[in-house]
Amino acid sequence: MFTLRRLAIALPTLFIIATASFFLMRAAPGGPFDAEADLEPAVLENIRAAYDLDKPLLEQYWIYLTNALSGDFGPSLVYKDFGVNELIAIGLPISAKLGLLAMIVALLLGGLCGIIAALRQNGIIDHIIMALAMTGIAIPSFVTAPILVLFFGLYLKLLPVAGWNDGAPANMVLPIIALALPQIAIIARLMRGGMLEVLQSNFVRTARAKGLRESHVILRHVMQTAAIPLVGYLGPALAGIMTGSLVIELIFNLPGVGRYFVQGALNRDYPLVMGVVVIYGALIIALNLLSDLAYAALDPRVRRGYR
Amino acid sequence: MSGITSAPGIARAARGDMSQSLWQQAFRRFRRNRAAMASIYMLTCIAAAAIFVPVFWPHGIEDANWELISSAPAWDNFHWFGTDANGRDLFVRVFYGGRISLTIGVMTTCVALCIGVIYGAVAGYAGGRTDSFMMRFVDVLYSLPLLFFIIILVTVFGRNIFLVFVAIGAVEWLTMSRIVRGQTLTVKSKEYVESAIAIGLSRPAILRRYIIPNVLGPVVVYVTLLIPTNIVIESYLSFIGLGVQEPLTSWGLLISQGAGQLSSAPWLIFFPATFLALTMFCFNFIGDGLRDALDPQGR
Repeated sequence: MFTLRRLAIALPTLFIIATASFFLMRAAPGGPFDAEADLEPAVLENIRAAYDLDKPLLEQYWIYLTNALSGDFGPSLVYKDFGVNELIAIGLPISAKLGLLAMIVALLLGGLCGIIAALRQNGIIDHIIMALAMTGIAIPSFVTAPILVLFFGLYLKLLPVAGWNDGAPANMVLPIIALALPQIAIIARLMRGGMLEVLQSNFVRTARAKGLRESHVILRHVMQTAAIPLVGYLGPALAGIMTGSLVIELIFNLPGVGRYFVQGALNRDYPLVMGVVVIYGALIIALNLLSDLAYAALDPRVRRGYR
Repeated sequence: MSGITSAPGIARAARGDMSQSLWQQAFRRFRRNRAAMASIYMLTCIAAAAIFVPVFWPHGIEDANWELISSAPAWDNFHWFGTDANGRDLFVRVFYGGRISLTIGVMTTCVALCIGVIYGAVAGYAGGRTDSFMMRFVDVLYSLPLLFFIIILVTVFGRNIFLVFVAIGAVEWLTMSRIVRGQTLTVKSKEYVESAIAIGLSRPAILRRYIIPNVLGPVVVYVTLLIPTNIVIESYLSFIGLGVQEPLTSWGLLISQGAGQLSSAPWLIFFPATFLALTMFCFNFIGDGLRDALDPQGR
């Protein structure tokens, strides 16, 4: 029942994303060819015809939807020799690699910090970690990234300042840290909260009363229960990393999807922007769905709507 | 609330004084929170500087001095924060940018507040099928990648500052509506609402006089947390070139210009980033303080 209800939200959402982005882009005053204003009217007419821009709006919409279903988002209006799906195919592996690694780093480091903070509740380490977490949440990644570049790239000269360099590990370190930092902070807070709640619960007291070793209680009983809310946070974390990747790819000059998206938005490249929004929207919805379902499977209270 | 039955409260009630309202008690608790009070003073200073510095400063925001390009901070020539790549004074630009960033933060939050409170209160008070339909709609919007939609909105309707307001406000009301609906559901079943219905008050009157005032607490907390969120969203948009446009400026735009000259003129990113971060901290501390003050049991 819960699964059905979540699916019933996910599918229309995807449809709304595609529809809304299509009509918004078409409502735009000024087209992508405005810059070449000196074109002969006949030439302009030909260009518009080549991109189906002369057809009635509903027909354009229908063409767009059917093509999108087969994974074809049409040709890019700015990168003239590329289809949108080709550009996405070039950029996505890079963005996905960075995003995935950032997510892993965030989960490991954030989880670890949260656990340590909770075990030392109200101690100095706890206060330091929580102060750092607040800093991480308050300072946006487009500030931390340049600071990281300044310190590790220009001052210490340890790591490359920017560029992809065919995915050399050294080039990925700073972007991954910059992407992961806000998520580390949020996850540390979540994990700490979860740990504290579980530490006070009856079953932990029972486990201790039975005389289990403290390490066993923490590792087997507390941590595994406290990590459950993290599963529910995976979807939002992915969305956060994706939006963060737009600026990170810009700052570090990485050829990922985010940079194409920003370039497309600045140049009114409708098909490119719509294609990226639909693909990213689908990814976020899918992961949201998966993480919600996994969360509900692990914690029955979610299924019954108590949380 | 626990505060009502506290000893001084009882003593005062016994003396026949007016008892303190919940808001007065919350205010007292808030004043005892040092971090939050310091944040209020700090924020007032930043806001005052944002209002007055551009008025009184010897350099204007667009005065370009071609002899001093990207010069380091100096006391004597009133370029306290240095100058940018066009020889413009950064001190005045940081506070002028603060004007715009803070204005956008507050205005977008007002838009979100209006939509969210009305939507949530109507859904919660109407209940039944209307409620579940309205909240299902919010669920759907919730799972959208909203920042991408703001970018589409800004792309489509031009990079106009008012559109930045509306676009951010129009997508940031969702959490607000959920909070208000949840509170409304709780308040709705209280006796004083029942008695209002019994006297025959109209629905809009009940909403206005009983429901909305009583759901305000969590809303106030969320508002102080939404303002910094919206400031960051605006900075984010300006950073990638889709927000505020020259000759106007904002913290995000200044940071993005500073990021381009990181190695040669680090002060260009340092000052706007510092003020942005300070503002974020202040709002976060105030938000936490308000939450603790308004909901003493929720700690």
